Amino acid sequence: MPSYPGRSSAPRSGDVAGTLRLLAYLAAAIALMVLDHRGGWLGQLRQQGEVVMQPVWWLAGLPGRIGDSARGTARTHGSLTEENRTLRNALLISGARVARLQAAEDENRRIRALLGAAQRGGLDVQLVPILDIDLDPSRQRLVLDGGSRDGVRLGQPVIDAGGVVGQIIAATPTTSTVLLITDPAHAMPVEVARSGVRLIVYGNGRSDQLSLVNVPLSSDVKVGDRIVTSGLGGRFPGGFAVGTIATLRPDDSRAFLIGEIRPAARLDRGRDVLLLRQTASARPVPAAVAGPAQGPAGGTPGADAGAIVPAPATAIGAEAFVRPAAAAPPPPAAPVPSAQAASPSAPAPSAPEPTP
Amino acid sequence: MSRTRNGWLLPVSLLLALLLGLLPLPTTLQPFRPYWLALVLAFWVLEDEDRVGLGVAFLAGVLADIAYGGLLGEQSLRLVVMAFILQRFRNQLRFFPMPQQALAVGGLLLNDRVISAGLRLALGEPQLPAGYWWAPLVGLLLWTPLFVLLDSLRRERRG
Repeated sequence: MPSYPGRSSAPRSGDVAGTLRLLAYLAAAIALMVLDHRGGWLGQLRQQGEVVMQPVWWLAGLPGRIGDSARGTARTHGSLTEENRTLRNALLISGARVARLQAAEDENRRIRALLGAAQRGGLDVQLVPILDIDLDPSRQRLVLDGGSRDGVRLGQPVIDAGGVVGQIIAATPTTSTVLLITDPAHAMPVEVARSGVRLIVYGNGRSDQLSLVNVPLSSDVKVGDRIVTSGLGGRFPGGFAVGTIATLRPDDSRAFLIGEIRPAARLDRGRDVLLLRQTASARPVPAAVAGPAQGPAGGTPGADAGAIVPAPATAIGAEAFVRPAAAAPPPPAAPVPSAQAASPSAPAPSAPEPTP
Repeated sequence: MSRTRNGWLLPVSLLLALLLGLLPLPTTLQPFRPYWLALVLAFWVLEDEDRVGLGVAFLAGVLADIAYGGLLGEQSLRLVVMAFILQRFRNQLRFFPMPQQALAVGGLLLNDRVISAGLRLALGEPQLPAGYWWAPLVGLLLWTPLFVLLDSLRRERRG
């Protein structure tokens, strides 16, 4: 190393200044991290920064989009015919299911009317493409190619064909960020579909599993049970699939069980997701009708259906809103909202524990 | 004076590095994604000491954190540490033969992974899968071509 003329005593002061500058920058970085880690004081700054980042994200997503369109144009006639056939079959099956669920929903509505329970809000979805970019691998986030300009609002639940994907945590004019249910910062109130036992599911940072902790040993929970959202907490409407229990074992204290859940949604990679928005028009109307007649009954059971998201567009109705940028034709999207809208009605949210 | 003429190369290369970090990769390849931003920044710290120092490293880190949706300040800290070490040993590193320089950069990238793992531990965040420890090796292999490319772009402009 000393084969070149080494610096002697002169640059010592420069070294000290350099070290001081290093310490200053390190302190600034640590301050940023601590502020960002505890509490969202930097939320505003981040929001501004994300607006600046939109062109960068757009650019980074470009190869994915070009690849998609190239793949689209390079499709052979045979593969398209094949795909068309399978899609047609799938549509037929879903159509039949939807019809059956429709009957169940009608019946459910009649029974609920007999019980005097409040109507649940109709659900309404919006198809939003995923911007194909890789974010920080340790954080379970997604960027969507649609923002507040397209009606995306903070706190909206995000689902796909399988089940719950996550929720919107940031919306800029043209993009929005989804916190996946597998993020360590995410927790969600759920219930076991079979027994109605209420639990809380946490993300643990891996895209293929969710954690279940503090399950009482005596509770009626088994491996293979289907887990659905319970609708408590007001963020997610009840009845959406979350996953199935893969393992269940006692924790270190031997007083509780801990388990792993296989998510029902395809969290690793898809093309599009559905954003749920509760139509405000569907809820207040029954509440206004039922309010004077039954007094307090109007507010309690249905209140889980969406107190957080004040759906802004009340006049949109129950139509699926397909972004014009998305190439997907409306017909495949249309049955989904009805299926999803129908399924949450099946497990009654107002009665988590059936009284004997 | 020649520096003013190729002033575009610094921001463009940093932006490209940022984009390369965001490009979608198949899940199996994701752990091998090199830390492009660190590689490009290392080149500039070695070659253009006057313009690129700890401040640029800090700013680039903040931008990267916003772009990747990570914890604000994490990459700033990692890049500032790396830039500081590079500045300290700049005189040695610049006269190393290329393979040795690549090895040193690989060592720095490994050090960066250690810092990142330490930060995660301190903040109580889950660690990345073990596969991500291969990324410094990929960075090491990429250093020579990247250096030659950026250096030739720089010199070509100088005429």
